[in-house]
Amino acid sequence: MAAHLKKRVYEEFTKVVQQQHEDLSAKKLRLTKPSKSAALHVDLCKATSPADALQYLLQFARKPVEVESVEGVVRILLEHYYKENDASVRLKIASLLGLLSKTAGFSPDCIMDDAINTLQNEKSHQVLAQLLDTLLVIGTKLPENPSVRMRLVEVACKHLTDSSHGVRNKCLQLIGCLGPVEKGVAKEAESQAAKDVQKIIGDHFNDQDPRVRTAAIKAMLQLHERGLKLQQAIYNQACKLLADDYEQVRSAAVQLIWVLSQLYPESIVPIPSSNEEIRLVDDAFGKICHMVSDGSWVVRVQAAKLLGSMQQVSSHFLEQTLDKKLMSDLRRKRTAHERAKELYSSGEFSSGRKWGDDAPKEEIDTGAVNLIESGACGAFVHGLEDEMYEVRIAAVEALCMLAQSSPSFAEKCLDFLVDMFNDEIEEVRLQSIHTMRKISNNITLREDQLDTVLAVLEDSSRDIREALHELLCCTNVSTKEGIHLALVELLKNLTKYPTDRESIWKCLKFLGSRHPTLVLPLVPELLSTHPFFDTPEPDMDDPAYIAVLVLIFNAAKSCPTMPALFSDHTFRHYAYLRDSLSHLVPPLRLPGRKLVSSTVSPSITPHEDPSQQFLHQSLERVYNFQHLDPQGIQELLEFTIRDLQRLGELQSELAGMADFTATYLQCQLLLIKALQEKLWNVAAPLYLKQNALASAAAKQILEETYKMEFMYSGVESRQVVIIHHMRLQAKALQLIVTARTTRGVEPLFGMCEKFLQEVDSFQRCFISELPHMQGSFVDKLLDLMPRLVTSKPSEVVKILQTTLRQSTFLHLPLPEQLHRATANIIEPTGESDNPLRFTSGLVVALDVDATLEHVQDPQGTVKVQVLYPDGQAQLIHPKPADFRNPGPGRHRLITQVYLSHTAWTEPCQIEVRLLLAYNSNRSKASTRSPKSTWSESLEGLPPSENGIEGTIPFSKPVKVYIMPKPARR
Amino acid sequence: MPEIKVTPLGAGQDVGRSCILVSIAGKNVMLDCGMHMGYNDDRRFPDFSYITQNGRLTDFLDCVIISHFHLDHCGALPYFSEMVGYDGPIYMTHPTKAICPILLEDYRKITVDKKGETNFFTSQMIKDCMKKVVAVHLHQTVQVDEELEIKAYYAGHVLGAAMFQIKVGCESVVYTGDYNMTPDRHLGAAWIDKCRPDLLISESTYATTIRDSKRCRERDFLKKVHETVERGGKVLIPVFALGRAQELCILLETFWERMNLKAPIYFSTGLTEKANHYYKLFITWTNQKIRKTFVQRNMFEFKHIKAFDRAFADNPGPMV
Repeated sequence: MAAHLKKRVYEEFTKVVQQQHEDLSAKKLRLTKPSKSAALHVDLCKATSPADALQYLLQFARKPVEVESVEGVVRILLEHYYKENDASVRLKIASLLGLLSKTAGFSPDCIMDDAINTLQNEKSHQVLAQLLDTLLVIGTKLPENPSVRMRLVEVACKHLTDSSHGVRNKCLQLIGCLGPVEKGVAKEAESQAAKDVQKIIGDHFNDQDPRVRTAAIKAMLQLHERGLKLQQAIYNQACKLLADDYEQVRSAAVQLIWVLSQLYPESIVPIPSSNEEIRLVDDAFGKICHMVSDGSWVVRVQAAKLLGSMQQVSSHFLEQTLDKKLMSDLRRKRTAHERAKELYSSGEFSSGRKWGDDAPKEEIDTGAVNLIESGACGAFVHGLEDEMYEVRIAAVEALCMLAQSSPSFAEKCLDFLVDMFNDEIEEVRLQSIHTMRKISNNITLREDQLDTVLAVLEDSSRDIREALHELLCCTNVSTKEGIHLALVELLKNLTKYPTDRESIWKCLKFLGSRHPTLVLPLVPELLSTHPFFDTPEPDMDDPAYIAVLVLIFNAAKSCPTMPALFSDHTFRHYAYLRDSLSHLVPPLRLPGRKLVSSTVSPSITPHEDPSQQFLHQSLERVYNFQHLDPQGIQELLEFTIRDLQRLGELQSELAGMADFTATYLQCQLLLIKALQEKLWNVAAPLYLKQNALASAAAKQILEETYKMEFMYSGVESRQVVIIHHMRLQAKALQLIVTARTTRGVEPLFGMCEKFLQEVDSFQRCFISELPHMQGSFVDKLLDLMPRLVTSKPSEVVKILQTTLRQSTFLHLPLPEQLHRATANIIEPTGESDNPLRFTSGLVVALDVDATLEHVQDPQGTVKVQVLYPDGQAQLIHPKPADFRNPGPGRHRLITQVYLSHTAWTEPCQIEVRLLLAYNSNRSKASTRSPKSTWSESLEGLPPSENGIEGTIPFSKPVKVYIMPKPARR
Repeated sequence: MPEIKVTPLGAGQDVGRSCILVSIAGKNVMLDCGMHMGYNDDRRFPDFSYITQNGRLTDFLDCVIISHFHLDHCGALPYFSEMVGYDGPIYMTHPTKAICPILLEDYRKITVDKKGETNFFTSQMIKDCMKKVVAVHLHQTVQVDEELEIKAYYAGHVLGAAMFQIKVGCESVVYTGDYNMTPDRHLGAAWIDKCRPDLLISESTYATTIRDSKRCRERDFLKKVHETVERGGKVLIPVFALGRAQELCILLETFWERMNLKAPIYFSTGLTEKANHYYKLFITWTNQKIRKTFVQRNMFEFKHIKAFDRAFADNPGPMV
């Protein structure tokens, strides 16, 4: 990595300098070049002591060398190398050689022979190692030359017997990176060589130096990565290395064993102490499991992680990993898990646990206990009880991956995962909840497990609670008591943390729709209906009551007998909730309630094709309007826009697409309207009003184009061109309008120039797309460009005006997927009549909770705006940590906004809304530049020099009632 | 053939009075110097006459090593050094050195002031004894003399507990003291190099027991406490060992924090309070979680837990 980085830096550095040279005249360049290597030569000759020479070399290394002169410099360096007696100087030269051969465009094969020659006479180990490193660089630069590689490998093999670990290290690294892997035509010779390479590396598994051992294993892994099939024979060697004294060796060995187990999962290996034989993958699994109780936590983490990816292992071994037997004074004891399970299966639900039911039962014969139980036994038990939370997280992850592929294992590991919900570190708890969610389709929770799971609902961390709600959304509960328990706990949660409302309702929605038959017997109790007496009508605004109803209605959807149990007011409440919380309450077929039932469901059954077709047809129609009269065009556009907007409302999956096109057509309509204005024919000063209309249109088009570019995810470069083109037209319009209304030419000059610059940059950015834009505004404009550059502003305006009129309307090709960024502020609700009181001059924190959809990079773009009644606007940049990412394309913003103001006489409303910030420089087609920092409070759009930064409001404003009181003296 | 001779002066087949004499390549080392809880006569201390019959303790022993501050490992120390007479070095870790005198003083108070015994060591003796102590760091190799070197490793169990490797020439012994392989709420697990000793002396109190996972046990415990508090009841938890009290405090504190509970928690003043002070200081000896949280706050500065006063006992409402 470091080497790579160095290379990068070096390359960039060279580039910069080359540009500098461009600035100089060509003559100068020629003068400087030879002098560089010559200067070095002179310097080195002058150097009297090794220290001096080293200084010169260091200085030289700071300056980059151009490609053409590399070879000359290398020659000089080599010359000095042979003469030099001091090892440190030779070392520096060797490293410089390596650095130089990395120069892009330089082919280092010419210096290879020299480098190899120098190797032979070198005595210093450090210099040797450095030279080998240089050879490695040379070798990697010449990937298509097998003979060179073979030669280098041979050289490396020769030096493997060196007494210094550094040299051996480098040799192994070189062999690993350059050793032959491909099985070419000359099969026998090649495979012979390949075998040799593996054998050579394998021999060094027993090197006396741990660093060399590590390097040997790494070289082997490197060979594997390059596609060489490792031999099974090294498996045994690798197994021995697992017991190495050094952590790096063990860590590398674990990796090697894992690789081998993936290569030869089915081959059979004997178990040493007995006659039995097992599959290699099982054996390897056992060995890696053993490493979960290694002394070093780095190895433990690695072992635990690798376990997760060993999916071919047989279930017998897999289940051993969860094995744990309790003992007390050599007598077997049952674990709490077993006890809980038994209690459950025996059908006893009485909670009074008998005294001493965990008393030890059976006696264990001391002789029968095999203390050194090797292999898989209890690996996860160890991993999950590990001291370091990194290991625990890795173990949970591995459990997750294994459980996803094996349902029976999922069932078994459930107890342990549930156990992890009580871990002391929050990350671990969160991770285990997520894991559980991922495997939830394989499992059904027992009641006692559910109990533990639900206990976590009282956790004070919001992330944990929400993750748990998500988990409950997709778990299977086995009994009606379980459902009841879950509901009770969720309601408890609701009273303790009222902010969880939305999440809990959603959770109950899924809980209801998954378990209709379990909810059915609970309905009378939940609604507290009585067969004879009328019970009081519950409060409709009570979140807890709504929660219960959400559960019941969702269950009722697939349980037609349930509505019979409802009382009158339940039906009324249904109607209310169906309207107010339509995303939570499904349409129900209710008897005798024509009004309510199925108003929505059958009439527009979502059907993909017709609506998509409709979209395309309407667009076709619009694009063919060229031959219509202006009036007709306008009408057609208006109708189509209306249709599209309606379509977007009805069909949520097409909403992005429909809105996007509608916006585009809207722009076009505005443009046409503006050009239709009569003001173009009459002298300017008379038509100030119309003029305002046209310039407003231009401004609106600009805004809409920014929206189109930045608010939708999935916009491709083809769309971006069209959008930019539209923007260019709007700018042209603006220019024309200004030209007609302003007197004097001075300001116009600047504007014209700026516009032409923009046209130019448009051409540069989208040169590849230009052929698609036949007959468009820009196409024509570019044809006229030479004329435009030389003509006066007034002429430019005239030309623009005509081209604008003549240009055709560009088709907007639709991308595959298009989503509009939306935001919904959940908190504050804006319903409260109680003003938020605080002392003026001090700050008050307002909790803001919002969901964002289809926002790319929300950390950089989403802002909160607060508008005070006096017109003062504040822009708040939420912390990156305030954004959570619950699912793809979805984000959640939970933040606090600090408000402050001077004293008011009475409470008043402020508006809170979310904004999407954009920077026109950072268009989607180009690469993203690092974001500039935003000023805390900015009013309006500050136009910067090279790009316009602006904001688009993309959520409905929410009103908050506040009251800053005057401070008491 | 070199010889390592081990003589247990206490603790063989018994809990308490840990005291083991190891002779390794001509060097004599005493490991721990504890008292026995069960006796009030001479049997409460190890039988030092085994050594003194041949001469003075100081001449015989090269050093004394104390693994941790529990009284069954250090209780006889003042008796041994001051009353029997030993002037050589005593090695223990920094936290042990800090907390040990508190416990010894407490022990003295109970035996002398409450039971009215005479012929027992005095406060001054404890102080004098502590002056002979050399504190060591973890993984610090201490050269006791030219040949004998000792090295301490982390052992879990209680704050400052350590395992010791004793090395003379090419022979070595590892003495574990009390140690803990599963981490608890405030301490980590024991850890040692691959040091290949010739002899390993290990405690084995729970060797034949495999316990349920820590989380299961904690959950059961917390559930019961929580239920009682929710019902408005009062919970009394008797804790007998220093260290356990701290673990419980941490456990309850984090649980209270997690569940946002408000009921007050008290601990009886005295020992725990004094020791808590040192727990706050030796954060590096605790486990990963506490060390990580320390960046924000010290976990031993409890928010919900206060020192107990007799007047609180009759307060209405739930408490622990």
